[in-house]
Amino acid sequence: MLNYVIKRVGFAIPTMLILIVFSYVLMHAAPGGPFTSEKPLPPQVLANIEAKYGLDQPLWRQIINYVWGILVEFDFGPSFRYKDRSVNDIIAQGFPVTIKYGSWSFVVAVGIGIPLGVIAAVRQNTWIDYFAVGFSIGAAVLPNFVMAPLLVIVFTLWLGWLPGGGWNGGDFEHLVMPVIALSTSYMASIARISRSSMLEVLNSNFIRTARAKGLPERTVILRHALKPAMLPVISYLGPAFVGIITGSFIIDLYFSTGGIGIHFVNAALNRDYSVIMGLTVLVGSLTIIFNLLVDLIYAWIDPKIRY
Amino acid sequence: MIVANKAKIHEMAENLAEMDAVKGRSLWTDARRRFLQNKAATVSLFVLTLIVLFSFIGPYFAVWTNEQIDWSVLGMVAEKGQPSFETGHFFGTDSLGRDLYSRVIQGTRISLSVGFVGAFVAVLIGTFYGAISGYVGGRTDQIMMRIVDILMAIPGMFVLILMLVVFGRSILMLFVAIGLLAWLDMSRIVRGQTLSIKGKEFIEAARATGVTNAKIITRHVVPNLLGVVVVYASLLVPGMILAESGISFLGLGVQEPSTSWGALISDGARTIRYDTEWQLLFPLAFFVTSLFCFYFIGDGLRDALDPKDR
Repeated sequence: MLNYVIKRVGFAIPTMLILIVFSYVLMHAAPGGPFTSEKPLPPQVLANIEAKYGLDQPLWRQIINYVWGILVEFDFGPSFRYKDRSVNDIIAQGFPVTIKYGSWSFVVAVGIGIPLGVIAAVRQNTWIDYFAVGFSIGAAVLPNFVMAPLLVIVFTLWLGWLPGGGWNGGDFEHLVMPVIALSTSYMASIARISRSSMLEVLNSNFIRTARAKGLPERTVILRHALKPAMLPVISYLGPAFVGIITGSFIIDLYFSTGGIGIHFVNAALNRDYSVIMGLTVLVGSLTIIFNLLVDLIYAWIDPKIRY
Repeated sequence: MIVANKAKIHEMAENLAEMDAVKGRSLWTDARRRFLQNKAATVSLFVLTLIVLFSFIGPYFAVWTNEQIDWSVLGMVAEKGQPSFETGHFFGTDSLGRDLYSRVIQGTRISLSVGFVGAFVAVLIGTFYGAISGYVGGRTDQIMMRIVDILMAIPGMFVLILMLVVFGRSILMLFVAIGLLAWLDMSRIVRGQTLSIKGKEFIEAARATGVTNAKIITRHVVPNLLGVVVVYASLLVPGMILAESGISFLGLGVQEPSTSWGALISDGARTIRYDTEWQLLFPLAFFVTSLFCFYFIGDGLRDALDPKDR
């Protein structure tokens, strides 16, 4: 097990480095550079600005500085657009918001998706099964940017129960719609995966043995079937995490929640390279760490994985 | 006794002569039969064909073009811009007084082509990458798959937006970037299939007769992968459309005056507070219906081409 952990961690670190270098080189390759605007700057001014941000140094030197800044000093550098703000400020401001509604969405998607799928499989061909299947097909075509306006129409405009946007410290009222919009399609996928995987497990020989030796159905499902059936669900958690983080673009834009998504989109529209890069690196690293955790949990649960 | 038997034999011979030769059923005939038996998939294919046809024939019935602004409704879109046959705005107008009917047609064309072209790029790269990796094997395979692992660990949407910012926001860039990011899963699936095909006797026979590796891959391996590729590609198309719509919703994808389902939904979603629901509902209906169709068709294709998975 330890060997496996070391191997996986040893794979995650170079992946992160490649991500950082890749985004930096991509930014460097951008035609025009970060300070090109409609009004051309005098060459001397431009040179001064570039010197200030360390852009006059050779590329390899810049990359080393950047990587060093992130990994050792946890400093993502200054914003190229706003003189008085660093990328760290933006992260400190937006990240807690994203984490709050993101983790709630994750909890809701997993907490409702798995039970729904498992119950549907256990009660195959009953109304709850049909409901689960119908829901998972329906929700596949309702991504967050479709859910968000529909929720606002129903809950804000028709019923008037919830505010149509804003954050207000993330209280319940402001959290409901972002979480529903973000979690629905992942809930559906998780329900679909757990249902089909549970069905497969329930039809396997060892479950027949467990039933044949007279175990109560409850024990068969909870003690024997559940664990192997959860494996495909666990491997889906990585993509679901990425999807939820990525979905924050749309949530922040539509509900004005003020998470990192809106900063990323604004930076993309303003060509604020250091912010885009910093956020890409941050989210990329988080994703890599999360996938690492998922892999380790998977290996821990599944006895078939060889280390 | 003998005579009776002879008569019977004659009869049988005649019957045999009249009987048509049994037609062999190819894999694709079988697959088509199975696909057509799947009602949801057949209906979806029909509906999707209608949508595609609409996007070509629709413009001939349009009264307004997609860029023309109807000045008479401007400022009073909620009252005068409603869907009606009298004004010629069958789907109403958008918040700038442009005809939504024409814009939905244009959006349909762009979204569908992003879906198909993106999937095509992804299939092309993924198939050959996976086939080469699986067929060559050994260290090459390991390195190639490690690269895929690394690329997969990077959140695609962020890199996609990064690329759109760096290389400029254009529809061509969108096609390329989405396709470039989507081939990873494809290459893994294809590699797995290639590994199993590689062990088959006909590959051994080809190699024994001195066919080159490049030719074995293009002539023997790839055609046998087609079933899996088609099934996966049919699921890629809606995935591409979703990605494009998401980016356009953010305003980073298709740029004005062009439009796509995502951009139209975004516009409609922004103005729902002004009693103009139709601006959201018409593009949404097209989007949702088409995605439904794609999913059911993909499902039908999987049942038809990959029968062991049932």
